Parts: sequence; structure tokens; C-alpha cells
Amino acid sequence: MATVTYRQALRDTLRAEMLRDENVFLMGEEIGVFEGSYKITEGLLKEFGERRVRDTPIAEEGFVGAAIGAAMLGLRPVVEIMTINFSLLALDQIVNHAAKIYGMFGGQCSVPMVIRTPGGGGQQLGATHSQNVELYYSFVPGLKVVAPSTPLEASAMLKAAIRDDDPVLFLENLALYNTKGEVPDDITEVEPAVIGKAAVTRPGTDITIVGYSRMAHVALEVAEKLAEEGISAEVVDLRSLRPLDRETIVESVRRTGCAVIAEDDWLTYGIGAEIAATIQEGAFDWLDAPVRRVAMAEVPLPYAKPLELAALPSADSLLTAVRDTLRATGRLSLETAR
Amino acid sequence: MAETTKAARSRRTRGAAGQGKGASGAAASKATAQDAGPETANATSADASADAGGAGPRADAETLISYYRQMLLIRRFEERAARAYTQAKIGGYCHLNLGEEATIVGLMAALRPTDYLFTNYREHGYALAKGIDARRVMAELYGRTTGVSKGWGGSMHMFDVETRLLGGYGIVGGQLPLATGAALAISYKGGDDVVMCHMGDGTAAIGAFHESLNIAALWDLPVVFVVINNGLGMGTPVERSAAEPELWRRGAAYRMASARVDGTDVLAVRDAARVAVERARAESKPYLLETTSPRLRGHSVVDPARYRSAEEKEALKAADPLARMALELEEAGVLDAEAREKLDAEVTAEVEDAAAFADDSPHPDVSTLFDYTYATPVPGELRRLPADPVFRS
Repeated sequence: MATVTYRQALRDTLRAEMLRDENVFLMGEEIGVFEGSYKITEGLLKEFGERRVRDTPIAEEGFVGAAIGAAMLGLRPVVEIMTINFSLLALDQIVNHAAKIYGMFGGQCSVPMVIRTPGGGGQQLGATHSQNVELYYSFVPGLKVVAPSTPLEASAMLKAAIRDDDPVLFLENLALYNTKGEVPDDITEVEPAVIGKAAVTRPGTDITIVGYSRMAHVALEVAEKLAEEGISAEVVDLRSLRPLDRETIVESVRRTGCAVIAEDDWLTYGIGAEIAATIQEGAFDWLDAPVRRVAMAEVPLPYAKPLELAALPSADSLLTAVRDTLRATGRLSLETAR
Repeated sequence: MAETTKAARSRRTRGAAGQGKGASGAAASKATAQDAGPETANATSADASADAGGAGPRADAETLISYYRQMLLIRRFEERAARAYTQAKIGGYCHLNLGEEATIVGLMAALRPTDYLFTNYREHGYALAKGIDARRVMAELYGRTTGVSKGWGGSMHMFDVETRLLGGYGIVGGQLPLATGAALAISYKGGDDVVMCHMGDGTAAIGAFHESLNIAALWDLPVVFVVINNGLGMGTPVERSAAEPELWRRGAAYRMASARVDGTDVLAVRDAARVAVERARAESKPYLLETTSPRLRGHSVVDPARYRSAEEKEALKAADPLARMALELEEAGVLDAEAREKLDAEVTAEVEDAAAFADDSPHPDVSTLFDYTYATPVPGELRRLPADPVFRS
């Protein structure tokens, strides 16, 4: 096994998939000569040439739509959108076209494409460059939305997404690119993930913490801290937002009796709202406390660091919500935990 | 066919379609064109059909009759669809190609069967002229399993793998990036297929128009963009939505060859489209073709077009491409009134048969509701009807 960054895992997986299948090619702004705004495509233009690593003009609607059209003729484009904020310029193509073509024409034509794009705040990029709008896509039948949180999972999920016959929005996160994890020395040995399966990344008995992408990491960090206090938290990493693995979430909550959801998006109508509704419908009789959500403050994210920090969910805010929830269950002896 | 008469009719057509304002002297000829490239990017007028080698006989009698028959089929089909709509056999929106028949048949005559076509939502005629059986087109309007899209698409969303109709699209401009991408795939894989992308004049105002033409020109993609200028985007005249209402001139912004042609003249359309298609095929270069034709009725079946004056409505009759061709064929001794009526009876029977077939075809079974959400099945896909619980105990 080798220890690599999330960024490196993505890059090596893209390369391996391009070597495996001639129909796989890359499109996006600044992915070639510039080697990617976040250097995910470093060295790939040099290795594969302009035919397979295609720099596009600043025209999200145009190039995302072009990728859809190319996919309709059997190619497997992997499109990079510089950040998920800019995907809004391609919303019509993603929602009204990529998501609809298979069903709207009676299953005659699939759209095997991947849109890779990072979300995430915390980099002082201000209101328009710090959003987490994966919800918009998770809402739409016909799309698949995945959000792997580790290098190994990113590799496995990217392979699955590229080989899948449906349009997949592959959510990355600015804060994850430099995180490290183990992958096989030979990236081709990574088994493709199953899209639509969540994972219990840490088993526990007292409370369930549900997260995805960056917040799946924060959840593990918090669970570690809780363990030192004698609290056993179970962490569910969603990995896939659509389809959503409701069974895994509900099974966990039926075991622990309470849950906190950690999400980087806004609370109102957010991903967490769907998880909470799922829990109340699937585990109502098992719940010892109301389901809590930890989510971004409902403001356009400010630039100034103290304001930005205050608005974003963190390990501390998650810890607070977990303790509140455990108190609400009335099963504390855990009251020792402040 | 007397040239003077034709030119006069062309002018009438433009007036009727509300395009008189932008028409220069050059626009009064059958076609106007400009080459790509910085040297000639300023409009140079030329006859696009002459470029296609249009001197000499442009079509034999058999071809002319075949074109006329296809145009007639579209006319009768659309009239029948309008009737079925008022009988509530057809739901949703229903946009008709009435007035566009010569354009459609001319455009499709320039394509090989293996070329790809993307259209907007005004598409029944394109489906027919691309070679799809009228029964399957009508059955789609009726929402039946025997329809081209198995009843999932309706009037606006027809798709057929075999004839390479890669979809009618209901969102204005949505098909342009897709067509550009299909051309990219052809260029990526190699091969000499061409993509034709049809749109209305209103589409020239949408962002996807600019992004797609820019990309197609930058990347040398074999795609022909065809703007069907019928003078009206729903009820808005083109002069009120386009700062440059001679839409073909937009090509210059992308150094893209472009032309405008009288869309009521089937041969002129065919010849202009051949220039565009063969350029795309031989040189892998995009092309912008504008056709002008009247929209004989409202935006859709339910639109009474009150925004049109009585004079405008009267002028439309003179611009009718089918009546024009009937007259021309009769004058040329190719098809007399008796033969025309026989043809009409044949076509009408074909359309009636299509309607009967559609009516007799089965509605999709509710059990198929979840068949086409995903091409690659997934665990955890929620297959529930509105009242069903998320979890079944």
C-alpha cells in the first residue's frame, strides 16, 4: 500500500481509466496546459494529448452540454467544473438534459458521463465561491451524486462513476484535496465502488453521526474525541447522496437510538433534512431524542475570517450537538461529559 | 419555374414572416451567404444554391414529386394532429410545422441517412422526413407504447436510434450544446458523419447559441446549425428579440460560414443545406444556415395568434410553400391537379391510418413507471408511488 493524497488518488485513477478505455476523455477549463486549477489533471495533457485532455472556453453550459452530446454517441467524458458554484451556469444542461435523456426518450440513449467538481468553504473565497449546492443535483431523478471522503474511496468511486452508464456528479471538496490515505501501490487494483452504498466507517453504540465528504472526516474526529470520554459514537459516511442508502442510516439509528447529521450545506431544505425525515420514518420507535442537524449558518458566506469560521460547521459545533442530543435521551451518566 | 415570379414570391414570404425590415437587396435573391475567415468575414453576397452547382436542371420530375409528397404528408399529418389535439387525444403542448414543410424536406434531402439530427420541440415533420413511420410519430403524440419514444416523450421529445434523430428538445437552445458534443464525438472517433441542429429564430437570443457556435468553430466540428426564422418567437417578432435580425450574419462572430435561404423553396433549401453539410463533411467545419418561412398558425395548437393583424394572416396564405410548389409543379407540367389530388388522397389515407394505429395502440402500463430512471441499476433507488411509505415493514 502507498500513502497518497486525495488529489493524487484522483489523478492516478483518471490516468488509469484513460489507459483502460479509449472512450474516456477529459474536458474542462484549464485542465490541460494549466494542469487544473487544483492540479488534479497534472501531467495528463503531456501524456495523452489534446484529443483526450481538452481545454474548454469559459462556457459551462456549452462544454457540459457538449460532454452530454458526446456521451450520447458512446464516449465517456469526464468533465471538470472548476468549483460546484460554476455548475449553476450549466444547470439547464445537467438537470434538463443529462438527467432526462434516458427516461424522456424511453430508454433509447444513456448518458455515461461524469462531472467532477469541488465544493467547500473555509478558504476565504467569499459568497459565490464557497457554496455546497450538491443538494440541487441530489434532488433530481436520473442523476447520481457521489461524495467520497478518502483517497481510496475517491479512486473506487471515480472508477464506478466513469464505468456507470448514467450521468454522475462526483463531488470533491477543497479541504479534502491534501488529505492522505492508503491506496494499493497499483491503482488499477482498486475495486470500483457500488454507487448508492453508505458505509459505517466507525462502529459505535451510543449515537449515530451521519456525514459525507468533508463532514465525514469531521465526524470521525469527533467520534475519536468522544471515545476518550467513554462515549461510543457510530459514524455513517453516506458516500452517495443519490441514490441514498436509507437502510444503512436507519439500521444504525435503530441500534443507537439517536442521531446527529453533519452537513456543509445550509440547513433549511438541505441534505440533512432528507436524512432526518428518513430517520423519523424508518426509526421513529427507536428514537430517544430529536434528530439534530449541524449545518452552515444561513448566510452568504462572508470573506472575513472570523465571520467565515463562525458560519462553517466544525468539530466543535458537532461535539456540542452530539452532547446536547445525548443529554436529551436522558441516558446520561454521560453528563460527566460536560 | 419563372425566376422573376419566384423572387417576387420570396419577397412576399419575407414580408409575411415579418422580416422585411432587415432585408437588403441581396436578401431578395434566393440565398445569401458569407464565407468564413477574417478576410471575408464581412458579408459577401453570393447565391448559395449556385455554389452547390445549381446551374442546369436542379431536380427531375420524380424527385420533385417525391419532395412534394413529403411536404404534403407533413401538412396533412399536422392538420390531423391538430384535430386529434382538439379531440383530447393528444396532451401537453403541440407545436406544428405548418409553413415549414419546404424547409424540412429540403434540409433532410441534404442529409445522408447516417447523419444525425437534433431538433427543438417543433419537430413532427422532421421525424417524418428523417424517415420515421408516420404511425410511430402519431403514436408518440398519443402517448402510446408504439410511439418513437414509447410514450415517454410526447410531441416535444421524439428520438429514434435507427434514423439517428437524436431528440427533440423542449427547452429553447438545449439541443445546441448536445449537437455540438455529438459532432465532437464524430470528430473524436473519426468518420464522416455530420450533425444537423435545428432551432427557431428565438433561440438566437439564448446563451447556449453563442457558447455552442463558439465551441463548434474553435474545435472545427462537423455540425450545421439551422435557424428556422419564421419571424416569430411565440408572439415576439424577431426584430424585437434580435439586435441583428438577419440571424445568419451572427456566423461572422465565429468566423463561421453562413447563409440565408428562402425556406419556402424546397430546392433552394436543399441546395443551400448541401453546401453546408458537405462543407461540414469534407472539411469538418461548422456552418450557420438561416431559412425563412412563415408560421401558418399560432405558436402551438392552442394559440389563436391574436397578435397578428388580419392583413398579416391574409399575407400568410400567399407565403404557403405547399400551395406555391403545387402551382410550380402544375406550371412546369410535372404534376397536374388530378395527379395532385390522387397524391393527396394517398397521403391523407396514410395519416388516417397513422391516427387509427395510434388510437389502437396500448397505453404504457403503470408497472413500467420505473423502467427508465437509470441505465445502470442502483441499490436503494426509491420506487414508490405518491402515497407509498419510504420503508415497507
